Amino acid sequence: MASIVAVIASTHHPFYYRASTATGEDRPPFADEWTRKILAFRETLTRANPDVLVMVGSDHFHQLWLDNMPQFLVGKAPFYDANWYNEEREFGLPRMLLKGQEDLSAHILRAGLDDGFDLAFSNELRIDHSITCPIITLRPEADLPIVPIYTNIFAPPLPQPARFVKLGESIRRIVESWPSHLRVAVIGTGHLSLELGGPRQFGPHGPDPEFDRRAVEWIATGDLDSCLREVTLDSLHSPGNATHGFMDFMLMMGVAGAGAKADHVDTLDLFHTMEAYFTWYPNGAPA
Amino acid sequence: MSKYLLNKFLYTVDRDPELVERYRDEPGELVAWWEDERANTVLNCVTGESSTWLRFTDDERAALISHDHVKLFELGAHPFLTLTLFIAMFERDNTEPLQYQKAFGARLAHFDMPYPDIAT
Repeated sequence: MASIVAVIASTHHPFYYRASTATGEDRPPFADEWTRKILAFRETLTRANPDVLVMVGSDHFHQLWLDNMPQFLVGKAPFYDANWYNEEREFGLPRMLLKGQEDLSAHILRAGLDDGFDLAFSNELRIDHSITCPIITLRPEADLPIVPIYTNIFAPPLPQPARFVKLGESIRRIVESWPSHLRVAVIGTGHLSLELGGPRQFGPHGPDPEFDRRAVEWIATGDLDSCLREVTLDSLHSPGNATHGFMDFMLMMGVAGAGAKADHVDTLDLFHTMEAYFTWYPNGAPA
Repeated sequence: MSKYLLNKFLYTVDRDPELVERYRDEPGELVAWWEDERANTVLNCVTGESSTWLRFTDDERAALISHDHVKLFELGAHPFLTLTLFIAMFERDNTEPLQYQKAFGARLAHFDMPYPDIAT
């Protein structure tokens, strides 16, 4: 059976690529510290030596649209073109080509349906920055095959927070039941408090530092009980109008397991959002 | 209201560089053309499958033509779509980093929680 060698959760700040590659007067003052933190974070994946990446993200109305909106969707394609014109335009993100792992996609779809999740699938996904940003930060070689899993955190009605946790728990079981010798890392990106297109956007830090502090504590300690007790679809409006992306962090807590303390925890207070990085090693930290 | 169509306008214009420029330079012409020619294309089908009933309300059409992002927020347009398209059109006029984005937020300062419903 396949083994999960690392579970990784992070934010997916689209400005990292531009900030980290900028030079001279264009390089922002926070770029060096941000890059140092990302290099340490990247090492947590490199040490786990994965063969395949299962990547959880949220499409930003690039691929998925209100004419036919899935709640949870698994990509099943041999290759994925990645990044869109409006991401090049706004964030300077490069076009990318990622290889798919269709056998694992098929296994997740079959076992996920049998486990009670009516997963949608797509044979022609074009990936956006929720998945390419962790490639850029964690595996810039972009040399490992992926299985993309998209969640709807964007277009109401949304699934309940507990549903995200259960999907994470299911993904853990399903990947571990995959008849393969390959080493799998599960990587997911979400948000802490965040406001986009509203009055609290682009402040000097995230719109709700107190929510961020509690959220980082829940994730770092695997405190799913407190998290599920305090987080509801309604409550997530308070920390910022884009904070429902936090449910993808909750999904990753489900993958890591209740009570599982993260082996790597780091944060960076950036303008308009708190960056956060977590890694768990389910089978123990690699030497 | 037809929040769905409002969002569809923002979504389809934002992903097409030519339409972004037309919407910046000639919003009245672009909105009229889009509503006549593009609005009701359904699921990428042939024109024979177009919707027979979707159209903007007068308020929605006027907000789009006047680039009124505050009114679009009030009408429940998805704020991510409005923000990204308006950044594409107007960030270039900044004289300092994030100037447009901060001004965009400041113009919405009179909105309290709960914000207008964005469900379609």
